[in-house]
Amino acid sequence: MAPLNHILALSVILFGLGAAGFVIRRNIITIFMCIELMLNAVNLAFVGFSRYLGDLSGQIFVFFVIVVAAAEAAVGLAIIIAVERNRQTLAIDEIDSMKM
Amino acid sequence: MIQDYLPILIHMVIVVVLALALMGLSSWVGVRRPTREKNAPYECGIPPVGNAREKFSISFYLVGMLFILFDVEVAFLFPWAVVYKSLKWFGFIEMFIFVGVLFAGYIYIWKKGALDWSR
Amino acid sequence: MSTVQASDFICILPQIILSGFAILVMVFEPFVPAARRVMLGWFALFAVASAGAALAWTSTLPGTAFGGSVEASFFSIFFMALFLLVAALCLLGSFDYLARDHVQHGEYYALILMATVGMCFMASSTELILVFLGLEISSISTYILAGFKRQDALSNESALKYFLLGSFATAFFLYGIAFVYGLSGTTNLTALAERIHAQSSPPIMLWVALLLMFIGLAFKVSTAPFHVWTPDVYQGAPAPVTAFLSVGPKAAAFAVMLRVFLVTFAGEGAVLFWLLWISAALTMIIGNLGALAQTNVKRMLAYSAIAHAGYVLVGLATGGEEGSASVMFYLLVYALMNVGAFLLIAHLAGTGEHWTNIEDFRGLGFERPGVAACLTALMLSLGGFPTTAGFLGKFYLFRAAVGAGLTGLTVIAVVTSVISVYYYLRLVVVMYMQEGTPQAPSAPMPWPLRVALAVCVAGIFLLGLFPGNVLTLAHLAAMPLP
Repeated sequence: MAPLNHILALSVILFGLGAAGFVIRRNIITIFMCIELMLNAVNLAFVGFSRYLGDLSGQIFVFFVIVVAAAEAAVGLAIIIAVERNRQTLAIDEIDSMKM
Repeated sequence: MIQDYLPILIHMVIVVVLALALMGLSSWVGVRRPTREKNAPYECGIPPVGNAREKFSISFYLVGMLFILFDVEVAFLFPWAVVYKSLKWFGFIEMFIFVGVLFAGYIYIWKKGALDWSR
Repeated sequence: MSTVQASDFICILPQIILSGFAILVMVFEPFVPAARRVMLGWFALFAVASAGAALAWTSTLPGTAFGGSVEASFFSIFFMALFLLVAALCLLGSFDYLARDHVQHGEYYALILMATVGMCFMASSTELILVFLGLEISSISTYILAGFKRQDALSNESALKYFLLGSFATAFFLYGIAFVYGLSGTTNLTALAERIHAQSSPPIMLWVALLLMFIGLAFKVSTAPFHVWTPDVYQGAPAPVTAFLSVGPKAAAFAVMLRVFLVTFAGEGAVLFWLLWISAALTMIIGNLGALAQTNVKRMLAYSAIAHAGYVLVGLATGGEEGSASVMFYLLVYALMNVGAFLLIAHLAGTGEHWTNIEDFRGLGFERPGVAACLTALMLSLGGFPTTAGFLGKFYLFRAAVGAGLTGLTVIAVVTSVISVYYYLRLVVVMYMQEGTPQAPSAPMPWPLRVALAVCVAGIFLLGLFPGNVLTLAHLAAMPLP
């Protein structure tokens, strides 16, 4: 049985990777996947805490996070498709028509 | 403590050595006589048609996204089913409302033509 | 396991009504011919009105429901009334806009209702799971609304940026919740407060958790340095949607901030105080200076919205009953000013929102004196001129801050709001003093929009001259906050 420290360390690493990827990556789909990675790092932390505390509400939280993430993914992909159709690109740097 | 992991280490070493040995042997001993058919992506008898990087119809994505949504909602049915008996009528009605909301969404996407495969 | 009673459902009746009607609008949408879709809008407005009636009933039965996860208190009722008002005003302002720009789809109305449900849950919930769900329901609905003009590249871009940064912020907020949960073993805010006060020395992890939650919420209320998305999103989104999302989700996130930071984590005062202090100062400076350089009205108002979030943060940093009450009063005033301004610009910008540059408003004061007077009143209130509610709102915020000894922050706030007068008045000057004719073709103002604007402008002057009753309500609502 893995101790809480290890689970949290993994969760922090995953969250950090996601956040770093969000800032560094330039492709919208990759950025989107980085967000999903961050959400799953959160899920991992919740499950780890839940087992450590012997309390179920953390796992219930994970349920809701998963469902919300799915809804977010559907909406996000729809928005990305709309952008791609209008601009024929998925590079975030090229989508800046409102800068002064 | 650390010795407990020794069998796993041995196992990993064996796996790596065996895999490398088999792949190395086959590329060293094996005979290669390439033909056009053999180089085709799938050697299953049917000649490949068109480009593999062809754009998919948008309805693939649409159906995929809708699938994710309805699929994940089912996750809520499992915990409900586990405690169904102790929840009695309240749980039944709650789930009825939940599925009812999903059904409303289904009617919506159906009437909107999102499930129309031929579009 | 606690049993569920009928009173539990009464407690969330406004939310139930809104969700029910939202689903109905959604299901009816494909069956209603395009020419008559505006009926769905009126249906949605009826839903908001019934939710308001339900809220009035709920307010007579204060208490908690569903095992202490939702509450009906003056605090929640004040905010829910604010959200319903904003939703109603935005609906009134959208009917003709959607028809004009050829995006008359019923989903718009359903999404406004759903976003309102989410915001209501954010304000009324004392359970972090529910706060998170409310946040996401309102966020996801507003992502779609921002990109509602599917064929319009700017609207697409706005939705994309709002979506990416919004979900990024959500992840931070969630991670903060995860750590708080790990430290205390509960996600119920009331139980959380007790357990955290019981601990003698707050661990570093609690501060990390607080910081993460703060970052998440700071994105939602667009405070510096997490404001970068705001100008693009507000500029690109359809103007009535901008009216909605510059006010609704922001006020809801401030409600969560009030509850979480001033009640649950009141023990971490010192850390939070400096966090809020620095963030408030930065936000006011960046927002007001940024607005000076803008040539696009929507973008200018976006920076102005950032600046106003800064003023509200001053009230949060002040804390206490005085601070919280002035925050609530200001949020109401801000809602009226901002919704009014964006709805008016939605009308003036013409088909496809083609004319949104400040120069496009030249000579409007002579061509359409009524409209120009209306816009002038809104700008004066945003700038904080006396006799308008904008002045009183700022006055209460700053007086509370000085009373609590936050002189430095108050000086920054006053100086930056004096700077802000420049860019608000510039629009007025362009309308009245510059020669020329307005660029946008002059269209008669539809009457639902007239009603919405009348409510906004009348509200500004009423609250500016007779704030007594509303202020008393805000104080009552702030009472349970220590």
